[in-house]
Amino acid sequence: MAQQENNLPVFQFKNVIKHQPLTPGNNIAILENINIEITRGNIITITGPSGAGKSTLLFLLNRLIDTDQGEIFYQGKKLVDWDVTELRRQVGLVFQHPTMLAGSVKDNLLYGPLLHNEYPVESPAQLIEQVELPSYLLERDARDLSGGQQQRVTLARTLANSPRVLLLDEITSSLDPKTSSSIEKLVISLNNEQGYTCLWVTHNNDQSRRVGNTTWYLNNGKIEVI
Amino acid sequence: MSLTALILTLTFVGIAIILSLWQHLQLEKDLIIGTIRAAIQLTAVGYILQIVFDLNEWPYLLLIILIMLLVAAQNAARRGKGINNIFIKILISIAAAEIIAMAILLGFHIVDSTPRFIIPLSGMVIGNAMISCGLFLNRLFQEIRSKKDVINVALSLGATSKQAINSALRNSVRASTIPVIDGLKTVGLVQLPGMMTGLIIGGTSPIEAVRYQLLILFSLTAVTTISSMILAFLTYPSIFTEAHQLKQIIK
Repeated sequence: MAQQENNLPVFQFKNVIKHQPLTPGNNIAILENINIEITRGNIITITGPSGAGKSTLLFLLNRLIDTDQGEIFYQGKKLVDWDVTELRRQVGLVFQHPTMLAGSVKDNLLYGPLLHNEYPVESPAQLIEQVELPSYLLERDARDLSGGQQQRVTLARTLANSPRVLLLDEITSSLDPKTSSSIEKLVISLNNEQGYTCLWVTHNNDQSRRVGNTTWYLNNGKIEVI
Repeated sequence: MSLTALILTLTFVGIAIILSLWQHLQLEKDLIIGTIRAAIQLTAVGYILQIVFDLNEWPYLLLIILIMLLVAAQNAARRGKGINNIFIKILISIAAAEIIAMAILLGFHIVDSTPRFIIPLSGMVIGNAMISCGLFLNRLFQEIRSKKDVINVALSLGATSKQAINSALRNSVRASTIPVIDGLKTVGLVQLPGMMTGLIIGGTSPIEAVRYQLLILFSLTAVTTISSMILAFLTYPSIFTEAHQLKQIIK
C-alpha cells in the first residue's frame, strides 16, 4: 500500500480551469485547461508576474478555494474526496503575509496539532529552533514579534502539523539575506531528509534556481516548465 | 392626560424644528414625518391593544405577538445582507428568546397570563432581542472583515469552520449583550428606565414599579444572550462552504 502510494504523483491536475475576478464582471485566467503532475520529493519553484495567480494556485492545493472546472488529485484521490481538515494538515500552507493567531508563540505552534487533540512530533522548542529563533520567545505574545520573526513562526507552525507537502508563498520576501538563506537550507534539508514535497512561490530568480528542482513559470493561465 | 395636554407636548417638536431651521440642520422634514408617523402608529396600537385587552382571547394575542416577531426579524435582517435565509434565522432566534422568557414569566406565575401583561412584556423582549441580533450581526461582519486572514490561517492548518470562527462569534455575542449589561450596572444611578417612569407617573408606587423594572431587566439579560447565541449557531455555517472555505459574502 505504501509502495503504491509512493509511485503515485503527489498532485495531478486534469483539465483544471480557474478564473478569478480582476474587477467586477472582468475575470482573469489563472489556470486554463492545465494538465500537469507533481512528483514526490520535488521542490518546485513557481515564478511569474504579479497577479498571475501564483498564490491562488497554492490556495487550490490547500483547498481554501476550488477549481472552476477539472479535477486535482492528491495521492491519487480527488481533492474534493479528501476530508478537508486532514488534507490541509497534510498539505501545509505558509502565507505570504505572516498572520499570527491570538496568544503566545507556543500557542501558535500548538494550534494545528491541538485541533486534533495531538501534540506535535517535535517539541515547540525544537520547532522554533528549527527556524532559528531562540526558545525564550515561546512565551511571548506572537503579535509582538517582528515581521521576520513572525514569518519564521508561521513556517514552524505549519511544520508542527507534520505535513507531507509544503506550500510556501514568498516566505522569505520580508527576511534579511542571512535568515532567508537559512530558511532555504532548512527547506532543502526537510526535502532531503524527510522527503517533503514543496511548491515555493518566489519572485527571486536566483532563489528559484538555488532551491528548485523544477521551475514553473505561470502566466496568462498557462504553466511553462523550465 | 387630557387631549389639550397631549397637543401641548408638540411644543417639544416645535422647539426641535426651530433649532433645526436656525442652525440649517435640514431636519425639519424628518421631524415632521417622524412626529406624524409616531402619532398615527402609537394611536393605532393604542386602539388595537384596547380591543385585544377587552376581548382577552388567545388567537388575537398570538396574532399581535406574531406581527411583532415578523416586524422585528425584518428590521434586524437588514444587518445581515449576504447571509442565506437571514430573516428566518433571526425570526427563530427572537422567537426562541420570546418563548423562553414567556415560559418562565407565565410558568412560574411571575406575571398574570393576560394580554395586559403579556403584550407589553413581549414587546420589550422582542424589541431587545431584535437589537441584540442587529448588534451581533454588525459585530460579526466587522470581525470577519478584520480577521479574514486569521480565519483563513486557522482553516489552512486544519480547523473546521466552527473552530476558525469561534473567537469572532464569541466577541460578537459579547458585543450584543453589552448594552443590557451596562444598563444593569447603571440603572437608577444614571437614568430611570422608561417602564418604571411610566408606572410611577401612572400612579404605581415606586417600590412596585422597581419590582417590575427588575423583572424586565433580569429577563432581558437572558433574552439578549439567548437570541444572539442562537443566531450565532444558525449563521456561522452560512459564512462557509461545506468544504470549510470562507465565502466571499462580505467585501
